[in-house]
Amino acid sequence: MTQPVKFYQTGTFTVGNRLLDPEQRTVQATIERNNSLTSGHRACQGCGEALGARYAVDAALRAANGKLLAVNATGCLEVFSTPYPESSWRLPWLHSLFGNAPAVATGVAAALRAKGRADTRVLAQGGDGGTVDIGFGCLSGMFERNDDVLYICYDNEAYMNTGVQRSARTPPAARTATSPAMGEHPGEAFGHGKNPALIAMAHGIPYVATATVADLHDLEAKVNKAMTLQGARYLHIHVPCPLGWGSAPCDTIKVARLAVECGLFPLIEAEHGELTEATRIRRRVPVEDYLRLQKRFAHLFREPRDETALAKIQAIADRNIARFGLLEEAT
Amino acid sequence: MLKQIEGSHAIAGAIALCRPEVICAYPITPQTHIVETLSEIVRKGELAPCEYVNVESEFAALSVAIGAAAAGARAYTATSSQGLLFMAEAVYNAAGLGLPIVMTIGNRAIGAPINIWNDHSDSMAMANAGWIQLHAESNQEAADLHIQAFKLAEQISVPVMVCVDGFVLTHAYERVDMPDQTQVDGFLPPFEPMQVLDPADPVTIGAMVGPEAFMEVRYLAHHKHLQAIEAIPRIAEDFAAAFGRRSGGLIDCYRTEDAETVVVALGSVVGTIKDTVDELRDQGVRIGAVKIVSFRPFPLAQLRSALEGAARVVVVEKDLALGLGGIVASNVRMSLRGLQTSVYTVIAGLGGRAITKAALRAVFLRAQEDEIDDPHFLDLKWDMVDRELARWKETRRSGPIAENILRELGLVGNRVH
Repeated sequence: MTQPVKFYQTGTFTVGNRLLDPEQRTVQATIERNNSLTSGHRACQGCGEALGARYAVDAALRAANGKLLAVNATGCLEVFSTPYPESSWRLPWLHSLFGNAPAVATGVAAALRAKGRADTRVLAQGGDGGTVDIGFGCLSGMFERNDDVLYICYDNEAYMNTGVQRSARTPPAARTATSPAMGEHPGEAFGHGKNPALIAMAHGIPYVATATVADLHDLEAKVNKAMTLQGARYLHIHVPCPLGWGSAPCDTIKVARLAVECGLFPLIEAEHGELTEATRIRRRVPVEDYLRLQKRFAHLFREPRDETALAKIQAIADRNIARFGLLEEAT
Repeated sequence: MLKQIEGSHAIAGAIALCRPEVICAYPITPQTHIVETLSEIVRKGELAPCEYVNVESEFAALSVAIGAAAAGARAYTATSSQGLLFMAEAVYNAAGLGLPIVMTIGNRAIGAPINIWNDHSDSMAMANAGWIQLHAESNQEAADLHIQAFKLAEQISVPVMVCVDGFVLTHAYERVDMPDQTQVDGFLPPFEPMQVLDPADPVTIGAMVGPEAFMEVRYLAHHKHLQAIEAIPRIAEDFAAAFGRRSGGLIDCYRTEDAETVVVALGSVVGTIKDTVDELRDQGVRIGAVKIVSFRPFPLAQLRSALEGAARVVVVEKDLALGLGGIVASNVRMSLRGLQTSVYTVIAGLGGRAITKAALRAVFLRAQEDEIDDPHFLDLKWDMVDRELARWKETRRSGPIAENILRELGLVGNRVH
């Protein structure tokens, strides 16, 4: 198989996994698959985080030849996977606090070095609240020391575990329990929030990437790439939350894909602070296509439509597209 | 080997002899000299293998230690005051997870007003977090307690704080008999964790526990303290046998035989108290002293047998539970349940105020006559307090309290308010 492959079949937009060489394929179910986050956990139907975590951790575990330790921040992923005395984790797993997962992972990595067990690798993971809000100091510290940790943020754009409150990743106009769709400017304010991937890049760490559960093959490739490197690495995965976003559980992948295709969630890679890759949008869609599937934006579409807010959100997408060259032809 | 050495250097030297594999450091006065000295020891290659991690906060320092201990490494950090409060969530977490971390507290007041000098407000604020808390009287004891602390922590799988009075001990040069590596290696076996992150035997550590089991898990954390009540004297005996001197234990009694009045205290002030006791004994006053080494676990039974012969107990403590009074005194009263012994609280030395023999002597003599207010605030300048209270009555906008008091002392500005 030498001819270049495109990851879709015309008209369906599904990934053409079976067109790949067997060793390159993303495998959903096989007896060899570890299923690090195994079945029986208590995530909601259609949970993007559970899907993203299973693929990311499995890929990391394969890359580490089974020698991987995981540190988990408090949050949905922690709670739904480990209600005592049950655990869905099939690898060594440590949960300490909400805001310290990067530092705990630093300690695990330091211990492994001191013990001469540096062939065992360390993965830390948390949601967007644990990562970009309460854990951001520890994350930045882990980055600047270039500790040998792969940190994965599962970004569902709010504090879902506590009942959908806004975080620094909640997009403008989105309704949450603490940014209600009320008042003169309903939903989350415009001009707030932060972009942790760009901040991670500013630390000059070996590897930064964004990924989405809409492209699990790309997600796995990014985990694999990260695992070939030493030092601090950051992977930011967009994971729709049907409960918090008010989207249908069956639409999780579709919603995630539209976020990429409208330009609101750019897929990028960077090494040592330099952008190395930005995935081109194959079929651009207006942001409305993405927003309409989610009840958290429903107030924008009630009559009279909030054209101002919609235009501002479209402008954010347009700026991402221009900034990262998301519509340019690949060279 | 006898050395004339700063307390922090003695502590750092003792820590290094315990071969910690991960040290996490964040600066805060007055513990800073300890981690500075350790960084030199590690850089010079005198302690290997050891990962020395400079972190961005105390919260991270203890979190790194948590990760390191869970991965099977002997982990150490040090902090003081605001730093201990900033890591408070991790302090409880380390104890809840049962990770045998050793941490030095260079005891210092807590603000506001910000103050870098010694009292026990910091460690007292964390007394019920689940850590064993040992208090050193001298720098010799500080060095020795750290060596015992690792053994105790790892035997029971519980974290241990060694509390050392900031400046009074950390920055004081004293004669310390520093052990050698062979002695410490003989006393302290390599760390064998009760739980560890290991790919060959994957376990989940830190699961969520609901009402069906939380009480049991918490009881077992308490049970470790009951084990420590047994282990602390045993380890102190082993230490005496190995090193030829006594250090540690749960409590230490000084001239308490036939004493009518017994003074109870923690830390370096015990030295001043012993001198005062000697002077009063010379005058025929039947007075003695009990040093509490282990504040957690609190040695209820041992303290009761040490105190039950006394008519009164005077607790001298460098902390103040606002709205209550003395923390140590409340604990001491618990050890004397059912007895008629009077327990007086003397709040002393807050924010580094000197505790003088003269002041102690006066208050002990008044206590001897049962003529002491409770709690008694040693050397409190009541005139300054009264004038500030008057200002509050006079005007709503009386201004910031600390600045008003300092202005009275002529330390800030000279404008009459």
